[in-house]
Amino acid sequence: MIEVKHLTKKFEDKTVLDDVSITFEQGKTNLIIGQSGSGKTVLLKSIVGLHTVDQGEIWYDDRQYNSLNFKQKKEIRKEIGMLFQGAALFDSSTVEENVMLPLDMFTEMSYKEKLSRVNFCLERVNLTEVNSLFPSEISGGMKKRVAIARAIALNPKYLFCDEPNSGLDPQTGIVIDNLIKNITEEFNITTIINTHDMNSVIEIGDKVVFIYEGKKIWEGSNQEIMKTECKELNEFVFATNLAKKLRENP
Amino acid sequence: MKFFEEAGQYFILLTKVFAKPEKYILYYRQTVKEVEKIGLNSFGIVVIISIFVGAVITIQTNYNLENPLLPRYLVGVTVRDSLLLEFSSTMVALILAGKVGSSIASEIGTMRVSEQIDALEIMGVNSASYLILPKIIAAMFFFPILSLLSMFVGIFGGYLTCILTDILLPSDYIYGIQYMFYPHYISYSVTKVVFYAFIIVTISSYQGYYAEGGALEVGRSSTKAVVYSSILVLLANLILTKLILS
Repeated sequence: MIEVKHLTKKFEDKTVLDDVSITFEQGKTNLIIGQSGSGKTVLLKSIVGLHTVDQGEIWYDDRQYNSLNFKQKKEIRKEIGMLFQGAALFDSSTVEENVMLPLDMFTEMSYKEKLSRVNFCLERVNLTEVNSLFPSEISGGMKKRVAIARAIALNPKYLFCDEPNSGLDPQTGIVIDNLIKNITEEFNITTIINTHDMNSVIEIGDKVVFIYEGKKIWEGSNQEIMKTECKELNEFVFATNLAKKLRENP
Repeated sequence: MKFFEEAGQYFILLTKVFAKPEKYILYYRQTVKEVEKIGLNSFGIVVIISIFVGAVITIQTNYNLENPLLPRYLVGVTVRDSLLLEFSSTMVALILAGKVGSSIASEIGTMRVSEQIDALEIMGVNSASYLILPKIIAAMFFFPILSLLSMFVGIFGGYLTCILTDILLPSDYIYGIQYMFYPHYISYSVTKVVFYAFIIVTISSYQGYYAEGGALEVGRSSTKAVVYSSILVLLANLILTKLILS
């Protein structure tokens, strides 16, 4: 479980996150939604420690992350897997080397054991025979899947995904969503996903948090979101003509 | 004020770079890769430039020493000293600042803007050390080899000029090359190059590591890397020459 308490983050004079408190539950896909520029990515990056926060507390189970020293944070980071918006694979390394890097760095496994783990992770994301390819030689959807494989290589307790569907066609987006959902349930991971894809919200949103102008103004499940009275959330959810028509003729 | 801020940030980066590596074997592997990338791949440019510069210095020196009172072998002496004292260390470093410096800044800068460095940090890897330390070691080890190569090739370029033209007897040139040779010149040159290697790699890495934005900013950081490392190489040249030769 990850808990965020009264989180505030400013960039110079601009308040990007304002007193945000959320509990992200274990074994569930927790979605952070909101318009572009609402502070979703800053929130995600603050939780993983890529941004320092000005006020508030971040708890990973019973450990207050933002009060730990560099060495202690490093230990928690070994329990974190992250899928970046652009996949962030290392260009000069093959798919196999990308997935193997965390194993090389933090385990004492033999090469054979590491290779077996790499192949397991790649198979888990439905990728085979891509070990020797470079990121530039695979499609956007495959890159995301390799990034997921890399994120789960060390059996993480916490998985973070920053807009996993961006740049993907709807069908591939659904594949990625389902993959994240299945992995979360299978390994009982606390998963936090940053998205503005409403399909993801409906399909995999066990818990949904809506961020508006740096504040959390709504939270609930994917069932509750369709019946909410929150004006800003309704404007966001039913922004497209397709969604409006669906609301009028469910 | 901005200068002090950047200088402080540079030294903070260096403390991260020289932190204890997570796994030595991975750093060793990275260093071998970097030797190939920033060392072996610079062989060609160093050889080509050095051979032509050696030839041109020979022709120019011969032109300036066309005096019957001056012995002909002085051309060889001048070519040797020019190459050993300045060209093969400082000029080669400036060439490498352009080639290697821009390559390092754009590589690390691209990794920064495409979140690859964030991905390393999230894994718990000391990204600064993992990415920069192997480059520093590779450059400090290999730039002196490139400098020595430049000396030999430059001198050979002058010798070829003597053979292919009739401006100077090759025997006079060879005599001049050997005349009053101080091995200290080589150690002086190599010492300078080790410092230059450190400056070029760390300044370029710094520019790339703190790049923000997109392709335009990466391009800017690459240009800054070449400009700043070239200026600092020249400054270091002045200081080291004063310290070592006086």
